[in-house]
Amino acid sequence: MSDIRKELEKRILVIDGAMGTMIQRHKLTEADYRGERFKDWASDLKGNNDLLCLTKPDIIKGIHKQYLAAGADIIETNTFNAQRISLADYHMESLAYEMNLAAAKIAKQAIAEFNAETNNTVPKFVAGAIGPMNKTLSLSPDVNNPGFRAMSFDDAMNAYYEQVKGLVDGGVDLLLIETIFDTLNAKAAIFAIKKYFQDANKPELPVSISGTITDASGRTLSGQTLEAFYISVMHAKPLSVGLNCALGAHEMRPHIEELSEMASCYVSAYPNAGLPNAMGEYDERPEDTGHYLEEWAQEGFVNIVGGCCGTTPDHIKHIADHVKNIKPRELPVMQQELTTE
Amino acid sequence: MSNLIKPYSRFAGLEPLIVRPETNFINVGERTNVTGSKKFARLIRENKYEEALSVARQQVENGAQIIDVNMDDALLDGVHAMTTFINLLQSEPDIAKVPVMLDSSKFEIIEAGLKCIQGKCIVNSISMKEGEQKFIEHARICHMYGASVIVMAFDEKGQADTKERKIEICHRAYKILTEQVGYDPQDIIFDPNIFALATGMEEHNNYGVDFIEATKEIKRLMPLTKISGGVSNLSFSFRGNDHVREAMHSVFLYYAIKAGMDMGIVNAGQLVVYDEIEPQLRELCEDVILNRNNKNNEATEKLIAFAETVKAKGKVEVKDEAWRNTLVEERLKHALVNGITDYIDTDTEEARLKYSRPLEVIEGPLMAGMSVVGDLFGAGKMFLPQVVKSARVMKKSVAWLTPFIEAEKQEASNAPTILLATVKGDVHDIGKNIVGVVLGCNGYNIIDLGVMVPADKILDEAEKCNASIIGLSGLITPSLDEMVHVAHEMKRRNMKQPLLIGGATTSRMHTAVKIAPKYDEGVVHVLDASRSVTVAGSLLSKEQKPEFLNNINKEYQKLKEDFENKKPVKQFLSFADAQQNKAKIDWTNYQPAVPAYTGAKSYDNYDLNELRKYIDWQPFFIAWELHGKFPAILSDEKVGVEATKLYNDANLMLDQIIKEQWLTAKGTAGFWKANSDGKDTVTVSNNGATVNLEFLRQQIKKAEGQPNSSLADFIAPAETNLQDYIGAFSVTIHGIEEHIKRFEAAHDDYSKITLQALADRLAEAFAELLHERTRKEFWAYAKDEQLSNEDLIKESYTGIRPAPGYPACPDHTEKYKLFSLLGGEAATGIHLTESLAMYPAASVCGWYFAHPESKYFGVGKIEKDQLEDYTKRKGMSIDEATKWLRPILE
Repeated sequence: MSDIRKELEKRILVIDGAMGTMIQRHKLTEADYRGERFKDWASDLKGNNDLLCLTKPDIIKGIHKQYLAAGADIIETNTFNAQRISLADYHMESLAYEMNLAAAKIAKQAIAEFNAETNNTVPKFVAGAIGPMNKTLSLSPDVNNPGFRAMSFDDAMNAYYEQVKGLVDGGVDLLLIETIFDTLNAKAAIFAIKKYFQDANKPELPVSISGTITDASGRTLSGQTLEAFYISVMHAKPLSVGLNCALGAHEMRPHIEELSEMASCYVSAYPNAGLPNAMGEYDERPEDTGHYLEEWAQEGFVNIVGGCCGTTPDHIKHIADHVKNIKPRELPVMQQELTTE
Repeated sequence: MSNLIKPYSRFAGLEPLIVRPETNFINVGERTNVTGSKKFARLIRENKYEEALSVARQQVENGAQIIDVNMDDALLDGVHAMTTFINLLQSEPDIAKVPVMLDSSKFEIIEAGLKCIQGKCIVNSISMKEGEQKFIEHARICHMYGASVIVMAFDEKGQADTKERKIEICHRAYKILTEQVGYDPQDIIFDPNIFALATGMEEHNNYGVDFIEATKEIKRLMPLTKISGGVSNLSFSFRGNDHVREAMHSVFLYYAIKAGMDMGIVNAGQLVVYDEIEPQLRELCEDVILNRNNKNNEATEKLIAFAETVKAKGKVEVKDEAWRNTLVEERLKHALVNGITDYIDTDTEEARLKYSRPLEVIEGPLMAGMSVVGDLFGAGKMFLPQVVKSARVMKKSVAWLTPFIEAEKQEASNAPTILLATVKGDVHDIGKNIVGVVLGCNGYNIIDLGVMVPADKILDEAEKCNASIIGLSGLITPSLDEMVHVAHEMKRRNMKQPLLIGGATTSRMHTAVKIAPKYDEGVVHVLDASRSVTVAGSLLSKEQKPEFLNNINKEYQKLKEDFENKKPVKQFLSFADAQQNKAKIDWTNYQPAVPAYTGAKSYDNYDLNELRKYIDWQPFFIAWELHGKFPAILSDEKVGVEATKLYNDANLMLDQIIKEQWLTAKGTAGFWKANSDGKDTVTVSNNGATVNLEFLRQQIKKAEGQPNSSLADFIAPAETNLQDYIGAFSVTIHGIEEHIKRFEAAHDDYSKITLQALADRLAEAFAELLHERTRKEFWAYAKDEQLSNEDLIKESYTGIRPAPGYPACPDHTEKYKLFSLLGGEAATGIHLTESLAMYPAASVCGWYFAHPESKYFGVGKIEKDQLEDYTKRKGMSIDEATKWLRPILE
């Protein structure tokens, strides 16, 4: 397998766009989600997108291939919510490992088929997507009891551990902790990753980290400034750190610029397709997204770019075309001693 | 060119703490420690966690940059206490902003804390007391949580007391941590043990020296690591004598910091300044700490003897008024930065006498102070309400100087002049006032022409006063056209000043596409007051202006091209098809409620105490550019303090408004029989006469099952044979002018803007209240409704009250019909301007729809076929209709 670090030295890598947006286009019904296997499942399953890795694998593989064809170098597994904490909504805790394993395999297979069908020789990578969970470790869901927590660190860590195991067993090339609202959840994921590789006695896969700045305050949902967030996850020694979701490229720019100045690792950015309009739809045009990211690339802010909510293969194609010939951000030099100038 | 990243120690709470070479000694707060603070221990034991939090808060307020938390008490469940306290602490942004130091001798208590903190903490401490293996195990776990560690100089043989042992243990730990565990050197902190001095035991006398020298050597060997220590141990022998203890601490730190100590656990509120310790005591402390003149405990005994002569002196409260003792320049700066007007006249007078000319006071200390304010504001360290208060101080000071300046027959100021105006037809000026204040603070001479200013007047004045920049503001959509007109006129007159565009309805896109092409000397859209300063600065700097304008022009040109190349992404239905796809309402099972009266009724001099209960505060804060939900904004970590002040000031003013009857609320609400024609016209009968209300319909292709709505859909069509009704209202708040004038005379923009914003809020509250009475009482279609103010703000009620000119019925000209139904200008005294803005500005009007399925929507863009039909129905020319509907055409 090619080393993603070597590729990152050479060029800006493109990560894929929204999975949910693409699944919506298939207008799947409750029955589609259930498939044969879960036709008698007691709870509603429509909207459990990660389950489609088990019930509609071809649709997921097809979406991966569309993104590959659009020029994505990295595709994300369809596992944003595939850990037992979030899956409890569907009483599917016991399927967490299986879903991650399947999702990783589908993504690998999509790449293999794409390479064969198009005679592609450019290396493509699978990122195991690790989402933020539907519960937070730093915030109380009960306004009257600010000290209360809906889950413990160990609950979150164990759930992530199981997810990581599934993804690694399925063959992902890197792990991507993304859409981080609450840094403590991300720290539980980092802990789980370190613990898993120690327990399994395997070399660690590269870990990418992508936080989410929720609004103009420039802070995460759990209240950290961007720099505080970065400092709090540095111990993961990540391959890349970056931002995704919540903001469109226009709003994300100052934060990406700031991050690119302080990050000692590679920098990633995959914004939403603008901000949702009055109807809750994302309507930024692919060429606009492409222009924004091109400008970031020219400024030397980024190493990995792509799209989040509302972006489509068309957006990814525009992004890929626009950044193709631009030099990636150079890794900063880490000084080994303190000098005073 | 790649960045250079320095190997600084970095910690984080909600905010980062980075230890740079120039960083001074870092104070670690020590009071949240059950072993060190009796009060804190008692609060935790008694489960009074809320109060215990206030101990933490106090430390942060007193300057602690990290807080140390310790729950090691035999009577406590340490894991539980640590978890509970830290979780609560994380919910307090003003405490959680600083990093936490988890302090325990039991590792499970430390780990319990690590599981609750999102930031990068410091573990205090781990050591080789139980051998290397345990040390490595603990270090690995800390590393997985991303924590920095304090390593205590302690090994299998015991705690290091001599310089050599301290260095040896630290160096050994360093090698293990960096080579086996994977720690970066900058994440390692050593505690080389501060022991008690002056114990009477001679073998203890060199402890201070050992610490200081070991520190020096550790920093030489391992320069990226940090040194910490618990300072209060040092003076343990002098318990009860704070005076001596504090002196010892200060003297010790003075030398230890010089040797390389980076941080220490101290009571941040209780450190004396080294230079201010009485010389005799200082010398005695130095002898003891540096082990000088200390043969046979001589120095120790002298210090003990001295200690007995001084009673512990009671703490003297540090008076807030200390700034009064500084130089007049400092005092002026302090007053400006802190918005204090109490002494401004005397201070200004003192400065005037000190300087040779009064103008120099403005150009010197006052401008220097305001530039500090400008910098703090620019850096986000001050908030708008504070800046406005600063401006008030500035204005008062300038007002004091003005007669003297006049007497000198000097020009008031050579500052460039910026002319501001709200364009013709528009009456909204809160935002423009704020921009004026902020620019004024930055040293510009501001001429504000007020509201409803015709283009000619703006441009005549600009020429007359030789304005360097012209700024236009507007809030309602017709103002956009007026701005285009002003730009066009500027070109025709061959003017040269740059033009700034601002206000709620304006946008970068509109400026780029419509206004900028009309004028070549620079048109810039300014998003908010804080941006106006940099924009004005760039435009007035000869060096920056060409490049700045060049960049803006390029950006706008690109926006314009993008806009013009934009293929319509939206698909439209033909108007006929859109009408077919109207909101499906089942009229067969619907019985319209009959209002208690028809025609219009007035509700004059409405009790403001009643209205006050209906105020939605969020927009009030938005007017001040403080964004956030109410009431959460009052405790927001960033703007909470200012928001609370503003809220309290506003409520005080409201008390006064009500008590002294500054304002009167006038309103009118009416109901009429009405039916639709099944399309977009609603026919209203008013005393036998009929009026046709014309509505616009969404024409964008909607998703399957979604209607193309028009407000007319919510009124029963005549063919159903149901007698339906429509309602209308208008409300206004009279009387602010006199008080605005008064505030202007007092140079009190803060009160002026607060009053304007309050009048707006009262008008909206009145609309909310009348709507509630309409639902429960006048029209009574929802008699049993029980909604909180919050529900009202969320529009959880049945029925709607859309206003002409807003998204559901974007044609402003329907206001004529609404006002005529309600009895014209006489009913409430609201006057409609030529752009159909309402004056007084604090006015609201709208239609009432009662049908449970009626809801707010935006008409969005419409096509030519609808425009033609609409024009016919309204009896307007296409040109005129196009003028009014421009925002929804194209």
